[in-house]
Amino acid sequence: MNLRKYLKVYKKFLHTSLASELEYKTNILVDLITAILSLVGSIFLLSIFFQNSGYIGGWKFEQALIIQGIYTILNGITNTWFNPNLSEIVKHIREGTLDFVLLKPIDSQFFISFKKINPSGFLEIMLGFFLLFFCIRINQINLDLSFLTLSLITISCSICILYSLWFFISTTTIWFVKTWNAIEVLRSFLYIGRFPLSSFSFSLRILFSIFIPIAFITTIPSEVFLGLSQVWKILLELIVASIFVITSRKFWLFALKFYSSASS
Amino acid sequence: MVQNIIDVKNLSKSFDISSKEPGLKGTIKHFFRRQTKSLKVIKDISFEIKEGEIVGFLGANGAGKTTILKMLCGLIYPSEGSISVSGYLPFRRRENFLKNITLIMGQKQQLIWDLPPIESFYLNASIYDLDKFEAKKRIKKLSEMLEIDDELFIPVRKLSLGQRMKSELLAALIHEPNILFLDEPTLGLDINAQRNLRKFLQKYNKETNATICLTSHYMKDITSLCKRVICVHEGTISYDGKLDLLLKKLSPVKEILIVCRSEEDAIKLENSGFTVKNKIKNEITIKIENNSITSSLKTILNNFDIEDLFINEPPIDEVIGKVLIKKDYDI
Repeated sequence: MNLRKYLKVYKKFLHTSLASELEYKTNILVDLITAILSLVGSIFLLSIFFQNSGYIGGWKFEQALIIQGIYTILNGITNTWFNPNLSEIVKHIREGTLDFVLLKPIDSQFFISFKKINPSGFLEIMLGFFLLFFCIRINQINLDLSFLTLSLITISCSICILYSLWFFISTTTIWFVKTWNAIEVLRSFLYIGRFPLSSFSFSLRILFSIFIPIAFITTIPSEVFLGLSQVWKILLELIVASIFVITSRKFWLFALKFYSSASS
Repeated sequence: MVQNIIDVKNLSKSFDISSKEPGLKGTIKHFFRRQTKSLKVIKDISFEIKEGEIVGFLGANGAGKTTILKMLCGLIYPSEGSISVSGYLPFRRRENFLKNITLIMGQKQQLIWDLPPIESFYLNASIYDLDKFEAKKRIKKLSEMLEIDDELFIPVRKLSLGQRMKSELLAALIHEPNILFLDEPTLGLDINAQRNLRKFLQKYNKETNATICLTSHYMKDITSLCKRVICVHEGTISYDGKLDLLLKKLSPVKEILIVCRSEEDAIKLENSGFTVKNKIKNEITIKIENNSITSSLKTILNNFDIEDLFINEPPIDEVIGKVLIKKDYDI
């Protein structure tokens, strides 16, 4: 793979999608306000849960805020990259414009995953980081190199799992043509990621760890922040993320053999 | 000797198609138990195309023209048979193969809707790994050929269909491909825009010796661009050869309207052995076979007092229309 070419193309993607989005100023403004209100609403909801008892699933409110912070960053990444691009896959397949993507001398997964960007998601990412730094202060967390490395690794794994799940569902469009509902279900499950895994019953914990790995997405990085995570959990997240990325890639290449293109 | 650039042997393609009975009952049945059947849309076809050729694919809606084109450019896998385009197996979509071809579809667009076309051109240039200087040079050259200038800087959504199609062409040709697949490129364009597009394609073919495979329902596209046509009928090739030969075969007779100086001359002409279609006063319409047209006209002009004459070609759409509904043309 020619890395220099891919960087050049990505620079162009950034430029064109930012230029496209900036054509509609009001839309960006509304998105920004929505992001702020959504975060305020989530924190308010969380505080209601913690009002009667100081702990939920063994987590204090200040600790649970870390999960909210990570969730906000991931949601920001979802809104910045995954939503504008991966939702388009359905459209590309339904309308047959995937033809143009497949005939370009560039990796088709790269093209459809990174072509667009929604700048309003950046604010959510920034708000998430801001909340995390606030949590680091109130939870008196030591910022050392191993902490930063582990946090970076686990958050990157979470991004990979989330991306692969979304991409996997979108790929099934090649057979089922319309999978918007499945993506909406995935997004609803992600809301669960705002709460500690231990606050759910045993059966739900199994569901959210094995079948829909929401647990890996927010809880494990949060445990790293609090110094509660065990090495095996981090290793497991790494393995799960690798399996998800590789499987979604292979699934895409397999699915393309069944692409029949839309009729003209 | 000119080499074959496209080689297709015993190509077939089947699709799984689901069918639904009408009404609510049919809808529910379709939802729970979908009945699919395999439909062979391309049936064992073979042909070759030489470098620099412009070939028109003719056929009724659903005949399989677009499917053939999509298999040639590697978008869909063939079910049986082999395809070689520029020495590559298209469906593998190797980088060097993709740099050699382009697909233009009249009903689909790749330009970024909210931005001026120039942004899409530079994006494509970076995908084809062209540097900024080279991209600028090619955009200038192609925009001059296509006669678009100011339009390059106007958002795509504000351009007319004709301007948009020209921009689509520029975006699709920035990497200077030597094989062009055009699927109804003039669809929806007005007469002038259609003519300009055809003029451009002729010029592009002449200057670059690019091979062009074209489907179109506008007969003018086919007659002004293609010397050779491949007629597709229900997934099979019903005719593959020169267009003028096909036209001669399909309309072997021309109608000639002759205006005589006097009615007596018209009567004399009527009784001279020509096949007469009709006669109104001094105007007479006769039918002459294509191969004897020169000698017949010579005889008429030498022996009768003629004021004027008109050769009426049968409408091309009418002639080609016969191809779309017939299975075989042995010429």
